[in-house]
Amino acid sequence: MTKTAPKGRKKPAARYFERAAAVKTEDGEEKPSKPKRKHQRNFTGDFLKIQSQEKSKALKRKRLEATEKPKKQKIPQEVLEKYSRGEAVDSTGVRTRHFKEKHKRKEIYVEYATEQAARTELLLQETPGQLEADEEETTAEYRQAEIVANVDLQSAAKHFSLKLDFGPYTMRYTKNGRHLLLGGRRGHVAAFDWVTKKLHCEFNVMETVADVQWLHVPTMYAVAQKEWVYFYDKKGTELHCVKRLARVNRMDFLPYHFLLAAGNSAGYASWLDVSIGELVGNFNTGLGDIRHMRHNPGNGVLCIGGGKGVVSMWSPKVREPLAKLLCHPTAITALTVDPKGMHLVTAGLDRLVKVWDLRQLSDKPLAIFNLRLPANELEVSQRGMLALSQGTYLETYTDVLLGGGTGRKNMLPYLRQRCDAFVHTMRFCPYEDVLGVATANGFQSLLVPGCGEPNYDALEDNPFETSKQRREHEVHALLEKIPPELITLDPHEITGVDAPTLQEKIDAKRQLFYLKPPRININPRHKMKGRGGSAKAARNKQIVKDQQRKEFIAEVRKAKKDVIASHAEGGEETTGEKVKKPKAVRSVLDRFKPKPQKKQKSTN
Amino acid sequence: MKVKMISRNPDNYVRETKLQQHKIPRNYDPALHPMEGPREYVRALNATKLDRVFAKPFLCNLSGHRDGVACFGKHPKLLSTLATGAYDGEVRIWDLANRTSQRSFVAHDGFVRGIAYARNGERLFTVGDDKTIKVWRTEAPDVGEEEEPVNTILSRHILHGISHNRKDNSFATCGEVCAIWDEQHNDPIKTLKWGVDTLHTISYNPVETNVLACCASDRSIILYDQREALPLRKVVLTMKSNKLAWNPMEAFNFTVANEDCNLYSFDTRKLQSPLKVHFDHVSAVTDVDYAPTGKEFVSGSYDKTVRLYNAHLSHSRDIYHTKRMQHVVCVAWSLDNRYIFSGSDEMNVRMWKANASEKLGVIRPRERTNFNYQEALKEKYAAHPQIKRIARHRQVPRHVMNAQRKMRAVKEKELVKEANIRKHSKKGKVPFVSEKKKHVIREDV
Repeated sequence: MTKTAPKGRKKPAARYFERAAAVKTEDGEEKPSKPKRKHQRNFTGDFLKIQSQEKSKALKRKRLEATEKPKKQKIPQEVLEKYSRGEAVDSTGVRTRHFKEKHKRKEIYVEYATEQAARTELLLQETPGQLEADEEETTAEYRQAEIVANVDLQSAAKHFSLKLDFGPYTMRYTKNGRHLLLGGRRGHVAAFDWVTKKLHCEFNVMETVADVQWLHVPTMYAVAQKEWVYFYDKKGTELHCVKRLARVNRMDFLPYHFLLAAGNSAGYASWLDVSIGELVGNFNTGLGDIRHMRHNPGNGVLCIGGGKGVVSMWSPKVREPLAKLLCHPTAITALTVDPKGMHLVTAGLDRLVKVWDLRQLSDKPLAIFNLRLPANELEVSQRGMLALSQGTYLETYTDVLLGGGTGRKNMLPYLRQRCDAFVHTMRFCPYEDVLGVATANGFQSLLVPGCGEPNYDALEDNPFETSKQRREHEVHALLEKIPPELITLDPHEITGVDAPTLQEKIDAKRQLFYLKPPRININPRHKMKGRGGSAKAARNKQIVKDQQRKEFIAEVRKAKKDVIASHAEGGEETTGEKVKKPKAVRSVLDRFKPKPQKKQKSTN
Repeated sequence: MKVKMISRNPDNYVRETKLQQHKIPRNYDPALHPMEGPREYVRALNATKLDRVFAKPFLCNLSGHRDGVACFGKHPKLLSTLATGAYDGEVRIWDLANRTSQRSFVAHDGFVRGIAYARNGERLFTVGDDKTIKVWRTEAPDVGEEEEPVNTILSRHILHGISHNRKDNSFATCGEVCAIWDEQHNDPIKTLKWGVDTLHTISYNPVETNVLACCASDRSIILYDQREALPLRKVVLTMKSNKLAWNPMEAFNFTVANEDCNLYSFDTRKLQSPLKVHFDHVSAVTDVDYAPTGKEFVSGSYDKTVRLYNAHLSHSRDIYHTKRMQHVVCVAWSLDNRYIFSGSDEMNVRMWKANASEKLGVIRPRERTNFNYQEALKEKYAAHPQIKRIARHRQVPRHVMNAQRKMRAVKEKELVKEANIRKHSKKGKVPFVSEKKKHVIREDV
């Protein structure tokens, strides 16, 4: 296909390669041919064709069929949207053609990358779990025993319960969902691989245990004891006693920052960098006893729920909360953030559970759950399932955003469970359809089909990792440790353009009115020849200083005038039209007003 | 009831034997990879740091010459061959792969002024201070035989440089006049002259092979066409140009190394002002050579450093120096775009990497992917102040640093002075002149 020149325009001269390529055959058709080599050009003999025409044609067709590429399948729009990083950036503001072209090319690359990522969806091996009720039944009716009876052996083994005597328990899963850590209020600490049921260690610290938390690898964990926080390894050996973290109530771990966040009973929030053992942030939040604390996995910000119904968000390097959200008129009883970092779920004594948009931070909840009793524990799974407990009774809902309530028939919970004791901690196991529940007298592992992400990324978290892989992962993670300064509400801030915000522009304008003339330091050259002593030098110095000062003041005055003028005209100075002032009515008393100063003529 | 749970078969996730690779299932869902921006930023920062850590550009020192190295000749076909000429008239052919001197012979009395390979690489032309052009075979003579030039041409004029045509059998020399020679004849086909000044460097255009350019001692750059009887054009700069190199890809552009510490890139179609002024050297620039990609060039200077420039940027991207390297006289960029050669006053030829932190040797595909990824990250986050600072930082010798400081002070002083003059004179009387235009005096046709 050759481009035809539009009418009225000269046909461009054929370029050398076009001329060489198009050789006219006897039929009048143009056939592209290779330019002949030098020694072939002067050949005058005949070519003998050995192959028969038909055979070669058939061969050619066969070869063509074999080499024909399979057509690429079109990717559905919703899959593409899942993998996209947002809309393409508009290139209208780009000034030069070079950068416009560069920008366009970049967008093409981004689009291609998104498409390639979306195509990998085909390779995912597992499908999410699901539970479907028969006719005239609801999933809420099913008990755990029924589910266990209907699933395969491997999954059935995931349901188990432990009767433990050391008081209300707290628990954590590792990030890859393979190991489990239990901590009893009366000093019992146990770590084990819950899939194979292999115990790593079990001991009693002979102190109250407030909270437990895995660190970046499943070989180390932290236990908040009566006075201080202790670090133990997999075998139960005490590694550290961190006395700077005292009377800690709640702990959380930020895996990409290597920060152990702790909230204590005096209202202090502390962040301990576990790779270098340094407190990167430690200050009083002024919220009193910190009972409800979770970090946002999407950006690393710590969300702390207070007694006044306010959730405040904290970063280790900022002593003020980054944001505050009034969620309930009553005290907050539980809060959690979904694993994608998009929604905050809070529960209050007003018996409501509210779902908030964490990125928009609007004051209207996205969904509300009405309950008969206030929820005391909340948890959101990887696929957006909500679990909430009210004392000994717990419910799960399929979607955080749908809302629900005890009174409404069409919004029944997905599953219900009554435990034999008060529920103290609940966690969904990552990459599994399992909800772990720690109660006052033990631990229960419940099956919740469809809650976990079926396909893990082995370079992120790998439930099947070997110790060698774990070690390598640890090294890579340490190399990519994000500095705590980068914990902000918007994690994409660092990839954006650093343009001044409206507030900064306003501040800059305002600053103009309080500018002081800068201090001027001049060192006049020491002239050896000629007259003039120190007095003259000082005088000269003063003259220069005064002059510069005057210049500065004039500049600032002009800038101020411009600002005032632009505001007085309501931003119309850009159009160039000046609004005519209405003529003032003259009065008799005007004669006493000071006369307008005449412009001074420049003196010669 | 229908129920299905996630139940992974370990056969699909765990390798069977130790001889197998570990299975690494991937899921590119952005929800599983949080904090993409900050993590990428940290990676980019690490990549930039590693780039500086691994920046070890010096490869080897080719010693053997008994006097300062004066000129280079690149073999057009063999990457591992380089010819160098010295102040004492000796020419050495180096085997770069083995880093040894293959062959050496005394070609001239006095300086060897220029070396050029014929376009097929079978002959070697040298010019010297003894007013002769000598033609040598590229193969070494047999054992017992003496090094003899194939042909010796006695020139009527002093010779300062030589350049061979890329497409036919002609070559050109410069000196008192610009002379065009044919390989078969002992007399020049043509001599071209403009004024009475000495021409000290000559270079054929690699694409439009009839065009050649000379630098003259009257501070001018002259363009010739070997088909014409008279020179084409001439542009006069404020100071003398030492060397000229054509951009091999955009062959209408060339760069000259100037005595005033700068390099100037010109477009032959617009000689009134250079396309770009390349700063950063602190002493006279003695030689310049383009990379075969045409995107970069290397320059050597009297300030004992070698600098690498992006052809369209005015500041250098890298500086190479060693404690022992003296005034750099000649530089060359290898034709595979990987190495740089510098010859200096203290008799050594040095070999450098064109990309200071590049890993030499076999690179496995995974490693290559990682390098590409790091390059992309570095480019993406290049504007961040932390990364920019690390990427830009170079340790320079003390004398260079002092000279830079001094030059900066001089420049500032001149700026202040000009501003003062402008302030105290009539409006418009002291015009603003761009840095590009400052250095060109006039263009003659």
